[in-house]
Amino acid sequence: MSQAEVLRRVSPLWTFGLLRSELVTTFRRWRTLALLGVLAAVPILVGIAVKLETQDGAGPGRGDGGGGPAFIAQITNNGLFLVFTALAATLPFFLPMAIGVVAGDAIAGEASSGTLRYLLVAPAGRTRLLLTKYATVMTFCLVATMVVALSALTVGALLFPLGDLTTISGTQISFADGLGRALLIALVVAASLIGVAALGLFVSTMTSSGIAAMATTVGLLITVQILDQIPQLHALQPYFFSHYWLSFADLMRDPVYWDDLVKNLGLQVLYAAVFGSAAWARFTAKDITA
Amino acid sequence: MGAPPGSSEVENWGRVQDAKAAADDGGKADMAPYETDDSTDTGEADELRSGRRRAARYIVPVTVVGVAAATIGLVPALADSGDPNLPKITAQQLLDKVAKSDVQQLSGTVKISTDLGLPDLGGLESSMLSGATKSGDGSSADPTAKLTELATGSHTLRVAADGPDKQKVSLLENAAEYSLIHNGKDVWGYDSQSNEVFHATTSADTSKSDETRATPKGLTDEALKSVDDTTSVTVDGTEHVAGRDAYKLLIKPKQSGTTVGTISVAVDAKTGLPLKFTLTPASGGAAVVDVGFTQLSLAEPAASTFDFKVPKGAKVTTEDSAEKAVPAPKHSTGSGTPGKSEKDLNKGQDDPTVLGKGWNSIAVFETGGQGIPTGGSSSGGGDLGGFLSSLGDQVKGSFGSGTVYSTRLINALVTDDGKVYVGAVTKSALVKAADAAK
Repeated sequence: MSQAEVLRRVSPLWTFGLLRSELVTTFRRWRTLALLGVLAAVPILVGIAVKLETQDGAGPGRGDGGGGPAFIAQITNNGLFLVFTALAATLPFFLPMAIGVVAGDAIAGEASSGTLRYLLVAPAGRTRLLLTKYATVMTFCLVATMVVALSALTVGALLFPLGDLTTISGTQISFADGLGRALLIALVVAASLIGVAALGLFVSTMTSSGIAAMATTVGLLITVQILDQIPQLHALQPYFFSHYWLSFADLMRDPVYWDDLVKNLGLQVLYAAVFGSAAWARFTAKDITA
Repeated sequence: MGAPPGSSEVENWGRVQDAKAAADDGGKADMAPYETDDSTDTGEADELRSGRRRAARYIVPVTVVGVAAATIGLVPALADSGDPNLPKITAQQLLDKVAKSDVQQLSGTVKISTDLGLPDLGGLESSMLSGATKSGDGSSADPTAKLTELATGSHTLRVAADGPDKQKVSLLENAAEYSLIHNGKDVWGYDSQSNEVFHATTSADTSKSDETRATPKGLTDEALKSVDDTTSVTVDGTEHVAGRDAYKLLIKPKQSGTTVGTISVAVDAKTGLPLKFTLTPASGGAAVVDVGFTQLSLAEPAASTFDFKVPKGAKVTTEDSAEKAVPAPKHSTGSGTPGKSEKDLNKGQDDPTVLGKGWNSIAVFETGGQGIPTGGSSSGGGDLGGFLSSLGDQVKGSFGSGTVYSTRLINALVTDDGKVYVGAVTKSALVKAADAAK
């Protein structure tokens, strides 16, 4: 390679080269593909289950006044609701778990396989490498959410009728409007995972064992979800990253109820800032031995 | 496998990634580590300095946490920019203002917190109540079933109104919503959770009053009904509610024996619309009922807000068929006391007789022999009865003996011969009333 080319790569554009190579590495892994496959299977399972259950004409969840994930009672009338149900079903556990695996692996995985030092050999700087890693994890958040949404939309369109839909406030909106809201909801769900991603990245800088980082992140996720259910912790719960996750359903109100959505996004940004900077502090100051 | 030999000079990122990918596959790249980073100097003399530098980096996340905490703590305090300066007004003028208030168009968000001191039974309670009042086939979109939910906890409502013919109230739930829409002759209840619809026509006027009851205006109207010689009404300064300037109206019972401490109503200075209603019990502590707008717009709501088309596949219960399916969930009519929840607690009973006047009114029901009100359901009444009596206190008097159920506002005395005395009065006042009635 020529000297000129090396110089060019130090320009800001160079970060994109690093990002691209990170993205390719992440999405080429079997583990990542398997996670995405599991996520894509959830809407298929939900769709088929609802279809089978309602073949005799009865709506799902009628008997007990509507159990199960949000919007499940509406799926038979409009396949688009499968998107919302699938996101509501995967957001509490499947999605953040997948994020936890990818984020936990980001730094610790490199360290445990002995490649971290090679990544740091080039004039990248640790900060830039960390940012690239975080961008990769966030891209994965978006891709994972979109996989769920698109799989749900496909299954919903195949198994159930589509058309104008009724918002949960009882007003009617057109199918195009509904699709727009579905996209918005998918984006909000992806953004809801920013906090977990930052947390996972921070944990990942703490250890040089990829498995330990993943397990810790997923463990924290489960712990927080459980704590969020304990009424005595009422005062703390608004600060749990998962507390406002299901507020994405507020986008289906008419007019949209923004309060909790804004709180959710604000909270995610806060988590990203706190754990992102903690990850930076840890990663830029630590001895890289592997 | 591995990096090509002779690549110890790092040339580009592709190579590094190749090496990394190879190592990922289980291979071992054989490259010398380059300590080019800025902070990995591990010289003995630098040990202390580098340790300090490491610690210094953690100032950043700590600062972020600090700034966030300060923002969360301070912004509400800063936003509360003192009480507005409004011209002085007498209590009578303010009452007139409320009476003359003629706000026809509004939309906003109302927050309701109810703390009656009932044990928080959550879902159990509503399933018990609904299990007792409806026989399995009742619609979850029935407004009477939904209103009982408002009796405990905090809820967010959205209200919209456009003239006397168009109103909408929505109870926001987790990923679901219950809407009650009044448009012209039709009253629709829609429960999005179960996709069920309740339909009635307004000739039966109850649904309309149900709708308005939960708003600050409805509650204030009820409270002002009882304004007479037993009540003192004063203006107690001003405050901001939902971004609007408001007068604070303070209503206090003069009688003793009632559990009602004070009722404070924030009245919009411009329109006379009650914006916030707070009922504090005589025993002190947190408000029993706190209903107020958190957001309010007096512009005309979009017409589509009140349009309701039955969604595809929804189960529709019309009022007539509901009447048939459910054995008459008859509403007891208002007894004049400010606590409305007693209605819900005693749904399905006969119309009560009222003892006393003003704040000390006590409603008396005959339940017909059974000592414990089980909401009309005899099956399972044994279990329920045992459970209920364990919640109350046993009392004795010249009337005989009975059980007193206390909340922070409403107390009820159930005598062993099946009479129920209910009122926003103290326990001893109930016993006295029962003695007197004997």
